[in-house]
Amino acid sequence: MKFPAFKYLRPSSVAEAAAQLAEHGDDARLLAGGQTLMPVLAMRLAEPEVLIDLGRIENLRGIALEDDALRLGAMTRYVDLERSALVAEHAPLITRALPYVAHVAIRNRGTIGGSVALADPAAEMPACMLALGAEIELTSTEGNRWIAAEDYFLGLYETAREDTEILTAIRIPLAPERRVGFYEVARRHGDYALAGAAAVGDVEDGRIQGLRVAMFGCDDLPVLAKTAAKAAETGVLDGAWLEADVSPTSNINGEAHIRLAQARVAFRRAVTDLLGVSNG
Amino acid sequence: MPTVSMTVNGKAVSGEVESRTLLVQFIREHLELTGTHVGCDTSQCGACVVHVNGEVAKSCTMLAVQAEGANVTTIEGLANGDDLHPMQEAFRNNHGLQCGFCTPGMVMTAVDLANKNKNPSEQQIREGLEGNICRCTGYHNIVKSVAEGARNMGG
Repeated sequence: MKFPAFKYLRPSSVAEAAAQLAEHGDDARLLAGGQTLMPVLAMRLAEPEVLIDLGRIENLRGIALEDDALRLGAMTRYVDLERSALVAEHAPLITRALPYVAHVAIRNRGTIGGSVALADPAAEMPACMLALGAEIELTSTEGNRWIAAEDYFLGLYETAREDTEILTAIRIPLAPERRVGFYEVARRHGDYALAGAAAVGDVEDGRIQGLRVAMFGCDDLPVLAKTAAKAAETGVLDGAWLEADVSPTSNINGEAHIRLAQARVAFRRAVTDLLGVSNG
Repeated sequence: MPTVSMTVNGKAVSGEVESRTLLVQFIREHLELTGTHVGCDTSQCGACVVHVNGEVAKSCTMLAVQAEGANVTTIEGLANGDDLHPMQEAFRNNHGLQCGFCTPGMVMTAVDLANKNKNPSEQQIREGLEGNICRCTGYHNIVKSVAEGARNMGG
């Protein structure tokens, strides 16, 4: 057996899952779609004593339009988001980004909550949450709380979620006039991004306003490129100011200056995508 | 040990498995359906692709217990007795395989692609096969096979 042995729990409600998590604490891992956790277990990079499978909790799935937000259940799969007319209308950035997430067989199992809970710095969904100003619901036996995406991502696979909390839902504020753009640089389509950018903003008379661009694959966590976005609002679209916002270091994927250049390409193409101009 | 029950290729099956048993291990070792292959074990290669409730999934990236109650189709479930499925026939006609290791996953992915798109373009086929790797690099004939198989499935 490649996998470590573990006790498998399959709660049927959030309350039951929260109680199990409270009991086992950091000896337990939550299983969402498993598209990262399964390979991690196969490589024995994690050896949890208890696996709590959220897959049979029906009310963790689903996409619902609320008064001022689109609510996504944490266990909503990528494929369900891809097919959703509500997501296409109210959170088109997600629809735009999903084809970049792995490939069909993975998107049939992977969930938005799983991705946001893991907080891989090169993943698409955490960056989209940041760009969209999403709110994240965390639930424990003590109750639930909502936290803004900007306060949620803290570092490399590090988030504000406590060991006893379950990521249960995501709310995306409605903003009907908002436009979106997305791009990522990867070696092979579907691979993790070398650098990527998710952009939202308004366009009036050809000028961008209220631009938010979340960069991913650059630092240990997705970051808002505030300086470069301000510059883009004045017409500087090429990410010239990006080094004020992101600090890629030399790693296995390339030297720092190459990674910064890739980040600039992603920024420029995401912003031109938002403007509806063809990418140069 | 937990007991797991599911439908595989139309037949109700069940077995006692360790929690850590993967769906692909259950299929290969408990049910002795060895057509589904294990390549990388980490969701990269696609040799283990099966259909779970009518959708492609990597059976190396799913626990057997997660498939409790599911309807699973493996490569063995495609042919009707001695009559190959149109997609299998197309792979044979077009020499859509070299060593054959990736073939079960390629065919299962291709059937899913063709179910959703009756007349896929070469580009759509290549994109649809992104999650399946052929180490012989025999993609040219695989793409031809999928195009023909999709046409024959539709007709």
